[in-house]
Amino acid sequence: MSRVIFPLIVVLVLIAIPILGVKVAGLHLLFGVVIPYVAFAIFILGFIWRVIYWAQSPVPFRIPTTAGQQRSLPWFKQSRWDNPFTTGEVIVRMALEVLCFRSLFRNKRIDFRQLPDGTPILRYSPTKWLWAFALLFHWSFLIILIRHIRLATVPIPGPIEFLDHLDAIFEIGLPQLYLTDLTILAGLLFLLCRRLFIPQLRYISLPADYFPLFLIISIVCSGMLMRYFLRTDIVGVKELVMGLVSFHPHAPVKDIGTIFFVHIFLVSCLFAYFPFSKLMHMGGVFLSPTRNLANNSRYKRHINPWNYPVKTHPYEEYEEEFREFMKQAGIPVEKE
Amino acid sequence: MYDADKIIPGLIVFLIIVLFPYYYTMGRMVPAPKPIKPTKYKKCVEPLSYMRAAHMDILDAWRDEVVRHEKRVYVSSTGKEWDMSLQNECLRCHDNKAKFCDRCHNYLGVKPYCWDCHFEPNKIKELPHKMMTKETM
Repeated sequence: MSRVIFPLIVVLVLIAIPILGVKVAGLHLLFGVVIPYVAFAIFILGFIWRVIYWAQSPVPFRIPTTAGQQRSLPWFKQSRWDNPFTTGEVIVRMALEVLCFRSLFRNKRIDFRQLPDGTPILRYSPTKWLWAFALLFHWSFLIILIRHIRLATVPIPGPIEFLDHLDAIFEIGLPQLYLTDLTILAGLLFLLCRRLFIPQLRYISLPADYFPLFLIISIVCSGMLMRYFLRTDIVGVKELVMGLVSFHPHAPVKDIGTIFFVHIFLVSCLFAYFPFSKLMHMGGVFLSPTRNLANNSRYKRHINPWNYPVKTHPYEEYEEEFREFMKQAGIPVEKE
Repeated sequence: MYDADKIIPGLIVFLIIVLFPYYYTMGRMVPAPKPIKPTKYKKCVEPLSYMRAAHMDILDAWRDEVVRHEKRVYVSSTGKEWDMSLQNECLRCHDNKAKFCDRCHNYLGVKPYCWDCHFEPNKIKELPHKMMTKETM
């Protein structure tokens, strides 16, 4: 249970830090400018470091354990998106994986049950819950991130404004309710509950699995609190953010609201934590060898990059070297 | 490093995406919007800091009170009574939508639907004469 409690306490401490820092110590500049800059720099540099670190590992072999028929003789129908042969087909498979989570869609569950007459049966049934809620969470998160660009650009690009409008299409309440706020919460709660309530998953879940969930849940909650319940001076917030992105940072307006500092501090934590955690699957998914390599081992020779030059001594050379001795010993030679 | 021909372009795409606000702004200073405040009147319905952050709450509550309960008088936190009306009360002092409302709303990309039904102060004169009832004034 401490694997759940510990990350929860960490997140609660992370929430308390900006409250104390801003309300008691008055460190507006630290929490509004310095920490966001540092966190973003860690994110960018850490991300690049991580990817380059991964790229140190050679991937010499195509891994053909993919679903579907590989390209073979012309009368076998190739399964193009599952077992791609060309780069174009690989791009389609990657797009399906990154945008639609195709491999999660194939998630199967081992189902052990008994027929009415008592015969035990084992079957593999498809289970789509994880796929559905993972998709819901990730897409909501992406849309939320994109529409936050409205706070970091002047003038706001048309597509961003359109997305913002689309997200609040039902015009519920004032400020209008964003649909992604609800869907991301639904997705997060599902992902958390599945770890908490499925015994096998709880057994394999680590603090590093719960921490990002708690952190993102608190980011969403602080953002929703700020938008729908505790008001902040949003013009002051945008002024601050514009100062950051234009490299003319200035201290935030004083009455900007503590909840804003909680929000931006938690986001800073997420960004700084990102490159060193499982969240790097954002970059890692593009480097999955089972997804991004074409299954063309039977058509193209892939040379192992760490092959060292092997010293060979073929028979011709051998005979050249020992011909005289061989002749003396009466061993037949090929060349006289 | 292996596969640099794919890793490096991938990282460049990553940077192009995440650094978007930075190169979009290009270090140019963007002044904060300065809405023109009314000169004749000193005090708004509620204190300035509250109005700045939460005026939409008041407008939303007023609309519901008037439309659903026909209640038209708002008693502020200081005990003063106000007519619950965007056009007759708010716009009496804030008589320039473009220089007051729009400045911050455009800055933040907010498009309130107030003006789907209400008229801007200076647009009222353009209305046909018959529509100029007391309610629309």
